[in-house]
Amino acid sequence: MLITAVFWIFATILVVSAALVVSARNPVHSVLFLILCFFNAAGLFLLAGAEFLALILVVVYVGAVAVLFLFVVMMLDVNFTQLREGVQRYAPVGATIGVVLLAELLMTFGGVRVAPSLATLHVAPIAAQTSNTEALGLVLYTHYVLAFQLSGLVLLVAMIGAIVLTLRDKPRARRQSIARQTTREVGDTLLMVDVRPGQTMAELGIFRPLTTLPQAPALDLIGPTPPVSADDATGRGDAA
Amino acid sequence: MFWQDVTTLSLTVLEALAILVPVLLCVAYATYAERRVLAAMQSRKGPNVVGAFGLMQPFADAAKMLLKETIIPAGANRALFLAGPMLTFILAMVAWAVIPVNNHWAVADINVGILYLFAISSLGVYGIIIAGWASNSKYAFLGALRSAAQMVSYEVSMGFVIVCVLLCVGSLNLNDIVLAQKTIWFCVPLFPMFVIFFISTLAETGRAPFDLPEGESEIVAGFFVEYSSMSFGLFFLGEYANMFLMSSLTTILFLGGWLSPLPFAPFTWVPGPIWFLLKVFLCIFMFFWVRATFPRYRYDQLMRLGWKVFLPISLFWLVLTASFLFAFHLLPHKLA
Amino acid sequence: MARLDRAARSLFLAELLAGMRLTLKYMLKPKVTINYPYEKGPMSPRFRGEHALRRYPNGEERCIACKLCEAICPALAITIESEPRADGSRRTTRYDIDMTKCIYCGLCEEACPVDAIVEGPNFEFSTETREELMYNKDKLLENGDRWEPLLAKRLELDAPYR
Repeated sequence: MLITAVFWIFATILVVSAALVVSARNPVHSVLFLILCFFNAAGLFLLAGAEFLALILVVVYVGAVAVLFLFVVMMLDVNFTQLREGVQRYAPVGATIGVVLLAELLMTFGGVRVAPSLATLHVAPIAAQTSNTEALGLVLYTHYVLAFQLSGLVLLVAMIGAIVLTLRDKPRARRQSIARQTTREVGDTLLMVDVRPGQTMAELGIFRPLTTLPQAPALDLIGPTPPVSADDATGRGDAA
Repeated sequence: MFWQDVTTLSLTVLEALAILVPVLLCVAYATYAERRVLAAMQSRKGPNVVGAFGLMQPFADAAKMLLKETIIPAGANRALFLAGPMLTFILAMVAWAVIPVNNHWAVADINVGILYLFAISSLGVYGIIIAGWASNSKYAFLGALRSAAQMVSYEVSMGFVIVCVLLCVGSLNLNDIVLAQKTIWFCVPLFPMFVIFFISTLAETGRAPFDLPEGESEIVAGFFVEYSSMSFGLFFLGEYANMFLMSSLTTILFLGGWLSPLPFAPFTWVPGPIWFLLKVFLCIFMFFWVRATFPRYRYDQLMRLGWKVFLPISLFWLVLTASFLFAFHLLPHKLA
Repeated sequence: MARLDRAARSLFLAELLAGMRLTLKYMLKPKVTINYPYEKGPMSPRFRGEHALRRYPNGEERCIACKLCEAICPALAITIESEPRADGSRRTTRYDIDMTKCIYCGLCEEACPVDAIVEGPNFEFSTETREELMYNKDKLLENGDRWEPLLAKRLELDAPYR
């Protein structure tokens, strides 16, 4: 009895919040309703005895994917009046497409018949005593290993694609080399010079990089260094 | 039938209270302990006026917070603004359902306990994001963005560390994980994972070197700038409860839960929950110790550490553990 | 070899551990804080605290309304008005110090030719309202009467250096 009640509670909230995802005016509210949806779906999974799936749903979708959704949506600067400008003009087209899709869905589902022998037709039957997690693992890494690997490959391609799309090589960007900074010692950067009274910078041979005068040979203050680049000349401490 | 349901329900409520009341008491005193430990490490005295040794300080603080006015800023999203701290606090509390403080002493001894904890800890970020967004303040928003990216990043390596432990156990049940450490605690063979896990828990709870979401010196107080009185108090309680939760998780995964350090006489006389508590307190002390020692990370350094250091190392160690277990036929269960 | 050494150091978190060792060491050391309201630190006789207007031993107020303190006050915190008294001597009718403006520089004390205005050793004079920090002549004279033994002692101790 309790279980049925809980099922109806979860199911109702799920459907209502799903409707609100679409109808909420504020996109942040939409995402939050989506999260509520995920939660209730996880609850339904739990009721069905699929506790592994339920928690994975929460970890992956709510804990990671929806966080990034929210992250992006919160930073959107959407002008709603501008968005709603064309609604009247495009409404008929949208409605037509929607009706066509709905009709197709109805026709497909109307034509589906469940075979009476479905329960006995498991491709990979699960032994009675195994736990949810174990059963899933046993099937996933044996019977469906190819599909599993292929989906992994698809994700890899998506990841590489995302990196290629977003990575911009900025030659002028200053990057911090932590290893170089932490291994720097006093001797690498500082040279004690004995300056007699009245001696000038030019006599000592100390010049700023890039402004080396031709007549006086520059004193090698730093020891062997990589060729001086424009970045170094701008006076960044670690670049010397 | 109906009365049976009622009895089970009320029993569950009592069990929940039996764990939540001690947790809240611990949390209250953790605030005091933190101030004392930090003070000691900085050669100060810390709170010592309210009650003997300042022991009534947490209650004085609680009274102060309860008596103050809850301010909701103009332009804030009222419902979400209030929901944020509640969510943080509730999530920090519900996770305790699966923590076993002794053999089979958990409110819910479920099969996927570790996944449940992982899920709850990954939800913790919502309280912060919602609070940051609903406050309608730029500092709060910056804090929310920081915490969102930070928590997602560190969950990844944390997940790998947990998988590493699970490989050695062969079960997702927290009780089984502790029992699998009868011979040796996992912090010994999986020491690098232990270190990574501990540092990740620091990031996950938004504590000291990784407290960028609040970063009081650059974004004022981050996500809770606009909060006052008990709505601030709930964030505070939630943060400390999360610290305890993460310490319990570390204890269960790496420090042998309620098991005594050495399996013979004088040690085994001490009951399991005491050992558990001692280990949790040790972890909590580490949290304070780290806070007293290290300055805050810069944001790019934080991301670099998570993605470029921890992720490869934990992945490598995962493969190493799996190969080792496989090569020496040490894999648990019938799979070996 | 040096590179290997460095790699090993960073791998074993040597620097982090050194830092943590240091904090632990300080945790076990005695505290340097004094327990303030119950214990107080030593105070120099030159400490510049709450102001006071002093009197001569016969009860006559020292201030002669020369307004040097008002002139030198960099924060413009002092306001003085004066009139001849019945016996013909010039005295202040008003001597106000706005303690919220005062920067406790001690220049008034140094400018005073008769050691009338001084800064005393008291620094615990916080109030609950802003108005209470607008000191008038009565308040300052009262301060002087209350602190006189200490004020005289402080002036005496500091005299060789003036």
